[in-house]
Amino acid sequence: MSIIKCFQIAFIALRLNALRSLLTMLGIIIGIASVIVMVSISDGAQQQIDERINSLGTNMLMVRPGSSFFGGRRGGAGSAPPMTETDVSVLKELNFVEGVSGYLRSSGAMVFSGTNWQAEVAGIHPDYIDVRQWEIEEGRNFTEREVKTGGKVALVGQTIINELFSGNDPIGQRFRIKNIPFTVVGTLKGKGQSSWGQDQDDIVMVPISTHRMRVSGRRSSASVNSVGSISLTVDPGFDISEAEEEIKYVMRDKRKISPGSEDNFSVRNLSEFIEARSATQRTLGVLLAATAAISLVVGGIGIMNIMLVSVTERTKEIGLRMAVGARGIDILNQFLVESVVLCLVGSVIGIGIGFGLTELIGSLGEWPVLIKSTTILIAVGAAAFVGVFFGFYPARRASQLDPIDALRTE
Amino acid sequence: MSPSAIQVSTGAPLIACNGLRKEYRMGSEVVHALDGVSFNIGEGELISIMGASGSGKSTLMNMLGVLDTPTSGGLHIEGNDIAKMNRDDLARLRNHTLGFVFQNFNLLPRTSAVENVKLPLMYGNLHGFNADERAKECLELVGLGDRMDHHPNQLSGGQQQRVAIARALVNGPRIILADEPTGALDYKTGKEILQLFRKLNESGITMIIVTHDQEVGEFCDRQLVFRDGKLLSDSNNLQSMGAAE
Repeated sequence: MSIIKCFQIAFIALRLNALRSLLTMLGIIIGIASVIVMVSISDGAQQQIDERINSLGTNMLMVRPGSSFFGGRRGGAGSAPPMTETDVSVLKELNFVEGVSGYLRSSGAMVFSGTNWQAEVAGIHPDYIDVRQWEIEEGRNFTEREVKTGGKVALVGQTIINELFSGNDPIGQRFRIKNIPFTVVGTLKGKGQSSWGQDQDDIVMVPISTHRMRVSGRRSSASVNSVGSISLTVDPGFDISEAEEEIKYVMRDKRKISPGSEDNFSVRNLSEFIEARSATQRTLGVLLAATAAISLVVGGIGIMNIMLVSVTERTKEIGLRMAVGARGIDILNQFLVESVVLCLVGSVIGIGIGFGLTELIGSLGEWPVLIKSTTILIAVGAAAFVGVFFGFYPARRASQLDPIDALRTE
Repeated sequence: MSPSAIQVSTGAPLIACNGLRKEYRMGSEVVHALDGVSFNIGEGELISIMGASGSGKSTLMNMLGVLDTPTSGGLHIEGNDIAKMNRDDLARLRNHTLGFVFQNFNLLPRTSAVENVKLPLMYGNLHGFNADERAKECLELVGLGDRMDHHPNQLSGGQQQRVAIARALVNGPRIILADEPTGALDYKTGKEILQLFRKLNESGITMIIVTHDQEVGEFCDRQLVFRDGKLLSDSNNLQSMGAAE
C-alpha cells in the first residue's frame, strides 16, 4: 500500500472523529506552540547578546590603571598611576595592535546660542572611533595634528544634535564647553542605548590633549600626560588572549613592576562581561526548551491514549481489513500514520499559534524574539517523532490482533 | 450432468482437506473442533457446509478462509500447502484468491458503498484494476448501481449484504466464502441473495456457503454436513436430482 494512500486513509479516519481528533491534537498544538514561543524568545535574547558583543568589538581590549599598593595601604580601583601618552605610543608600536586610543571623561555644561545642555565630554585619540566601533556620519574625524596641538574641535553625538542644536546640521557651528569655544567638525552615527540602559549618543568627543588641558582641568604633575584608560583593537588574525599576555608583559615593564608583585593595572576583554550574561541566558533558554519539551511529551501521551482507545474501538474493522488481505504491516502503518498525521496537523496549527504568540510578545512586551527556520524544522521533527514514538505501541497492538478474534468482537 | 459436476471429477481440487484437525484448549480440557476431516472442493462448485452450532462448521470456515491454521492435517488451496505459508502469505491469499461475506455484513460505518467495496484493492490489486471503476462495476453487478455513495446506515440489510458481496468480488477472487449470508435477512431478501450467489457461481466463482439453514443447503449443488467436528455426509444435490428425474 502506498504511503499517499496511508495518509488518505488516516485523514478519512480522523475526519470521522473530528472533535476527538481535535481534542487529541490540542496537546500537540500547545506543545509545539510553546516550543516555538520559548525557543524564539531565547533565540531573540541570544541574538541581542551577540549583537552587543559584536558592537563592542570582540577583538577589543581595555587597559586600565588598577589599585595602588603603597606601604601596605591599598588604594581603590583606579588609584594607581594613570595610563599615559607614552603608554599609548608604546602600545602603538606592538605589531598586533590595530588601533589604540586613550579615553578621558568628564561631564561638562555646554551652550549653543542660548540653549544649554549637560553631557559627557570624552577626550580621545582619532583611533577611538574605529576601536569602539563608532562611525562618523558627516564631517570628519580629528587629525593627529589637532590632537597634538590641542585643537578646539569636537565630534557630537545624535542626542547632542537634537538637544543642543535643535536637530539642525551642527557641522561648522561653534559652541562652548565649560565656556571654551569649540567647532563641530563631525557628527557621530547613533548607537542607541548601551546594554546598561545608558544613552550612548549623549556625548561630545574632543581631542584628548584639549580635554586634558581645558575640559577636565587636571594640571597636577601626575596627570600631565594622563590618558585615563586605553582601548585598543587587536589584529583579527591574532589570538586575543596571547595579545592580552603580551600587553601585560609590556606594561609591567613600562610601569616598572618588580617580578612577583601584583599588576597595578588591568587588561580586560569587554566581551567577557557579556559572555557571563550570555551564559545565564543560555541556561534560561535550556530551561524554557525543557518546559516546552515536557508539554510536548504530555501531548504525546494524550495521542497514545487516544490511539489505544481507537484500536480497541475499531477491533472489528481491523479484523475485517485483515480478512480482506491487510498484512500486519499494513495495519501497523495505518495506525502509525494516523498518529503521525495527528501530530503533524497539530504541529502545523501549533506553529501558526506559536508564530502569532511570538509576534505578540515581541510587539507588546517589547521583548527581543527571533523565529528561525530551524526552530520550525525542529518543531515539526519533534511532532513527527512524538507521533511515531507514542503511536507505535498502539499500532503494534493493532497489527498483532488475531483476525478471528477481531472479527468476532462486537 | 452439469459442468460443475464434471469439474469435480476431473479437475485438480481447488481446495483439498486431508485429515484436518483443530484443537482448542479450554482450561484443562481439549476441545476437538475439527476431528480429522477430509474432502475436496473443485473449481466452480456451489457448495454448502452445514451443521448445528458446535459442529465445527465455523472453525472449518476460518480454516478455508486461512484466518486460522489447523492443529494437524493438510490443507491445500490452489495447490499451496497452507502450513508452509507465513502470515503475510496468508494475507495475500485472502486478498487475491478469497472473498468473504459475513452474516452481519461487516461494512465500515460512515463510509460510502463504493469506498467499502474498494477496501480489498487497497491491500493488493492483482489484476491492476482502476479501483473506482472496478468498485462501480462490482456494485452494478450486484444491482446497486444507484446506491454507490450511500452509507451503510442508509441501506437495507439486503442492500448492505450486496455491498459486502461486491466487496468480496472486487479483486476477482476464485473462491467466495459466505458465513450465514442470509442469517440476518428476511426470507425474500435471503432468496435474492442466494440467486445472486448462483449467478456469480455460473460466472465461474467457487461459492462456499456456511449455514445451518436446511433450505440454503438444499439450494446448493453439494452439501457437506458436519456434526461434532466430523464430516457426517457429503451429498450431491445434482446427482440426486438427476437420479430423481
